[in-house]
Amino acid sequence: MKQYFNKRYILPGRMLMIILGIVIVIGVANSAFMVDSNADNKEFKQGKGNDSIASVKAFEDVYEVLKSPRCMNCHPAGDVPLQGDDSHLHTMLPKRGKDGHGLYAMKCGNCHQPENTPGLHTPPGNPKWALPPSDMKMVFEGKKPRELALQIMDYNRNGHKNKAKLLEHARDTLVKAGWNMGEGRNPPPLTFKEFVAAWDTWIEKGGYAPK
Amino acid sequence: MITLNINKKTYNIDVDPNTPLLWVLRDHINLVGTKYGCGVAQCGACTVHLNGEAVRSCVTKVSRAVGQKVVTIEGLSENNDHPLQKAWLEKDVAQCGYCQAGQIMSAAALLRENKSPTDQDIDNAMSGNICRCGTYLRIKSAILLAAEMQKKEGRKA
Repeated sequence: MKQYFNKRYILPGRMLMIILGIVIVIGVANSAFMVDSNADNKEFKQGKGNDSIASVKAFEDVYEVLKSPRCMNCHPAGDVPLQGDDSHLHTMLPKRGKDGHGLYAMKCGNCHQPENTPGLHTPPGNPKWALPPSDMKMVFEGKKPRELALQIMDYNRNGHKNKAKLLEHARDTLVKAGWNMGEGRNPPPLTFKEFVAAWDTWIEKGGYAPK
Repeated sequence: MITLNINKKTYNIDVDPNTPLLWVLRDHINLVGTKYGCGVAQCGACTVHLNGEAVRSCVTKVSRAVGQKVVTIEGLSENNDHPLQKAWLEKDVAQCGYCQAGQIMSAAALLRENKSPTDQDIDNAMSGNICRCGTYLRIKSAILLAAEMQKKEGRKA
């Protein structure tokens, strides 16, 4: 009878402990890696291929690129672009302007040509050279990983980009220009190919933001 | 052969398409009012208008100007009577004068877009034009005067 009681009542107790252990492990994993795709962006919620851990892991690489001077310098917190590998304020203090293309005699395209100008520290170029517009500044400077991930996944803060547009954006010629910015400028820490792969993984796996 | 429209005239020039517009203006067309300063778009001395925008001609390849309208200081007005040119004389702005063509071309781009610029607007527009003589205060004063003249004359800058 005693044995019967042991099996009947002690075993469920062990099971309970095991289940509790599993719950704790999952909880710790979750808290370490985040877990929220953007609430406003329904495209990313409960997708078939969603994998929050793989997504956040990929974003770590994406973030290293986005915070590099080649990306961040044109996503400043203020209205003056940044310049150089030390991200100082752009000499001459050109301003963003309403459309992001500058003001009056100080428009980006007045000095930045459709292509790089030859020589050390001469103006790099691209036909689309500009800051984000004043009504959607898409600031990278000073943003922590979570803040930046949530911003990029937010349709109302990312330049109104849906999933397809976000995926396309990594392949944009101006983004790609970050890896060919002329003499005297270091490229982002990943290759362009590695960046695109990380960007795609981050988004395809659900666009999760790290905690 | 490259065909350019400069100051409302057409020029056919045999030149490498990668040549900076500045050198085509100065060496091939003999429009020497536009000056060479730094050669890397840092000083503004070489500013000309490309379809009305104040581009730095030292870094602008001549190929970019093909099929576009280029205006230099020589073509800013028919009789040197642009409000800015008159205001520049009125305020006696120039000291050595080397940067002044670029200054005026940048100021003209400002007044085209903003008929009543504030001091801040002027700073925003002119911050890419350096004057080693330090005539900045007279430049600002002349731009404000030119804006007034422009309004009185009802002139389109």
